[in-house]
Amino acid sequence: MNQTTHGALSFRCLTTVWILLLVLTGITVGVSHLDLGAINIWAALGIATLKASLVVFYFMHLKHEPRLLVICLFITLLTLATFIGLTFFDVLYR
Amino acid sequence: MAKLNDRGFLQASNRQPLLFDWIFSVDHKRIGLLYLYSVSAFFLVGMMLGLLIRLELIAPGPTIATAQTYNALFTLHGVVMIFLFIIPGIPAAFGNIMLPLQIGAQDVAFPRLNLLSWWLYILGAFMALTSLFSGGGPPDTGWTFYVPFASETPTNVSLALLAVFIIGFSSILTGVNFVTTIHRLRAPGMHWGRLPLFIWSLYATAWVQILATPVLGITVILVMVERLIGLGLFDPARGGDPILYQHLFWIYSHPAVYIMVLPAMGVISEIIPVFSRKPTFGYKAIAASSVAIAAAGSLVWGHHMFVSGMSDTAIMVFSLLTFLVAIPSAVKVFNWVATLYRGSISLEPPMLFALAFVFLFSIGGLTGLVLGSASADVHVHDTHFVVGHFHYIMFGGTGFAFFAALHYWLPKIFGRMYNMKIATIAWAIIFVGFNLLYFPMMLVGLHGMPRRYYDYLPQFQNLNVIATVGSWVLAIGLLLMFVNLYRGIRRGTAAGNNPWQAATLEWVVTSPPPEENFSQPPQVSHDPYDLQQAGKP
Amino acid sequence: MTTQRDAFGARLGMWLFLFSELLLFGGLFLLYAVYLARYPSDFAAGGQQLDTLLGTGNTLLLITSSLTVALALSALQQGRRQLCQMLLCVTILASLLFLTIKGIEWQAKFGHGLFPGGAELETLPAGQQIFFSLYFVTTGLHGLHVLIGAALLLWTLGLTRKGQVSAENPIMLENSALYWHLVDLIWIFIFPLYYLLL
Repeated sequence: MNQTTHGALSFRCLTTVWILLLVLTGITVGVSHLDLGAINIWAALGIATLKASLVVFYFMHLKHEPRLLVICLFITLLTLATFIGLTFFDVLYR
Repeated sequence: MAKLNDRGFLQASNRQPLLFDWIFSVDHKRIGLLYLYSVSAFFLVGMMLGLLIRLELIAPGPTIATAQTYNALFTLHGVVMIFLFIIPGIPAAFGNIMLPLQIGAQDVAFPRLNLLSWWLYILGAFMALTSLFSGGGPPDTGWTFYVPFASETPTNVSLALLAVFIIGFSSILTGVNFVTTIHRLRAPGMHWGRLPLFIWSLYATAWVQILATPVLGITVILVMVERLIGLGLFDPARGGDPILYQHLFWIYSHPAVYIMVLPAMGVISEIIPVFSRKPTFGYKAIAASSVAIAAAGSLVWGHHMFVSGMSDTAIMVFSLLTFLVAIPSAVKVFNWVATLYRGSISLEPPMLFALAFVFLFSIGGLTGLVLGSASADVHVHDTHFVVGHFHYIMFGGTGFAFFAALHYWLPKIFGRMYNMKIATIAWAIIFVGFNLLYFPMMLVGLHGMPRRYYDYLPQFQNLNVIATVGSWVLAIGLLLMFVNLYRGIRRGTAAGNNPWQAATLEWVVTSPPPEENFSQPPQVSHDPYDLQQAGKP
Repeated sequence: MTTQRDAFGARLGMWLFLFSELLLFGGLFLLYAVYLARYPSDFAAGGQQLDTLLGTGNTLLLITSSLTVALALSALQQGRRQLCQMLLCVTILASLLFLTIKGIEWQAKFGHGLFPGGAELETLPAGQQIFFSLYFVTTGLHGLHVLIGAALLLWTLGLTRKGQVSAENPIMLENSALYWHLVDLIWIFIFPLYYLLL
């Protein structure tokens, strides 16, 4: 955690990420027109997660931040997943 | 010996009216004291409400209150004690004052945010108290605000919920501030293995504040919106599920128990080695157990819901997970006892409160296991056994640790010592009164007396009378303690920089600490409980 | 002792606050998950009544505004202040456009009586009522965050014009940009979960 500043990301890099995000949005809209049953929701979530990681790692510079932040983010997501997961022990088996 | 006329950070600046000097100060010590005064005031309010509850229960039938008044009384007692006293009590008051001092920093990472936290807390407190006298009258739901009752009752629940939301926001900001401070502002040489155990407990607590409090935030928002426009999200008639409210509520409110008790454990971990004149036994185990309690504590909320109609699978899973929390809690107790073993124990007031903590917390913890095992819980759920149990944890645990912290750190904060003999007498009265009050509650609960009723069957009266008398004894002891501390602050003898010969950093600076804490960053060269090095950075 | 500016400390504080925000929305996603599992077909029927075109448009808007604010930060760090201010203006405009589109959407739903307490909604099956209640709460809370984010960016724009936010001291822009990206992040999940359900 000694690193306190990070250099500017190039316009080219940011724009590339933006294009990728647009493409992924197109894909997620496209996939939603196919009837894949239960896979639909997981595909939507998977693509959304991919998009979110692009935003987090590039737009939010997490890639260039100390690892501490990545660990903290991981803990946060794990906590949320645990809260939702444990609730399902109730609602799935009621 | 510090000179008594050196008032350190307490010195008035004469730049503006004295009150403004305090309520707009960004000095962590002043903000900490603002919190200390506020939480102490609300503790006295909560205590009065508690005395009224006990007075009502001295005999069957209506004594001093109607059923509706009684509902309001216990709701308020819960809301005031939990949201206005216990949750901010140790972390926001003592944490604010001691965190920068103990890690050798000048202030917290975001001093202005810190002041905002206090203002939000006061705003929330003001709204909570306003909810009593406005709208449809004082809330009568209990501090848990269970739906569907909370979304139907005509009393002023919405304002109380908004107050809870704002106080929660204040708590989150404090958590953000503390985590950042601990990561970024440690003095040179203060590596993680040298952090005082109080700081470790604050660190774990702050994470719970950050990650669990927002879930309560969204929950109370949903109930407020439900009351306002009727979402039906928790209304079975419209496809909603009221049990989900309980899930969301306890996802915060069980970890909140650890927001309340972890810093208390931190205080005890500071006091026990100092008054045993021994380095703490199992430093790493105690530090790790704080984090482990915070983590495991986030997995067990369902044990509040064993009779709610949740699925049997969930009951088994949550019951099993609940026992996990006992492990790190026991790790702490064993390590404290091992620190005491063959120590040179001196029974000064902070130590007496700390030892009472260990004893009472153990009772609370063991009765918690009774409630954590689903099959036993079904029989004692919603009886006075539960009330007795959580008062042993919350009051016997956190309350006693708060008093221990008062006796341990006030001489540092004000530079003056209280009267030890009176403090010891007050401790003894409090200890006796506490057990007279809460132990009979557990017995009467086992006999089947339900909680939250203003009336009961005549055969429960003897134990209730004992408890009510206990509440009076306890109140006398508490008043004696507060008066003694107040006299000590005003007129006590000079305490000196390090009255207890402790080795953590706050004892290196003068008492009261100077405004800038350290004239230059201290170079930390020893472990926090290396008592040979007491008084050196 | 002088107080040094701790840029990473400031960002760490912001990140921690964002984690808190994630859990705030997390409560709503928990409810969504449970009710989706309970009423899958009602949720699909509800999702089909939402306007996918407007939803997609808003998604593109937010993603683009996320780009412009990231570019604004890069521009500031490269010392191109004029460009930075322009990009911030674009971001703020995008946020207002987002809210306008959201308003149009809500208005259409209100017009059809599809709002909590609305006459039309009460006649729908329970699962659809839940869907729309969740939709309004979630997008409402998100909209509130858009508003807060836009206000933050506007303030930052002012500070940038005054030179108080600069290449040497970009903390305020860094942190309001982080907040804005969070608004985008949440929407990235809201969009498929509500608009693209089948």
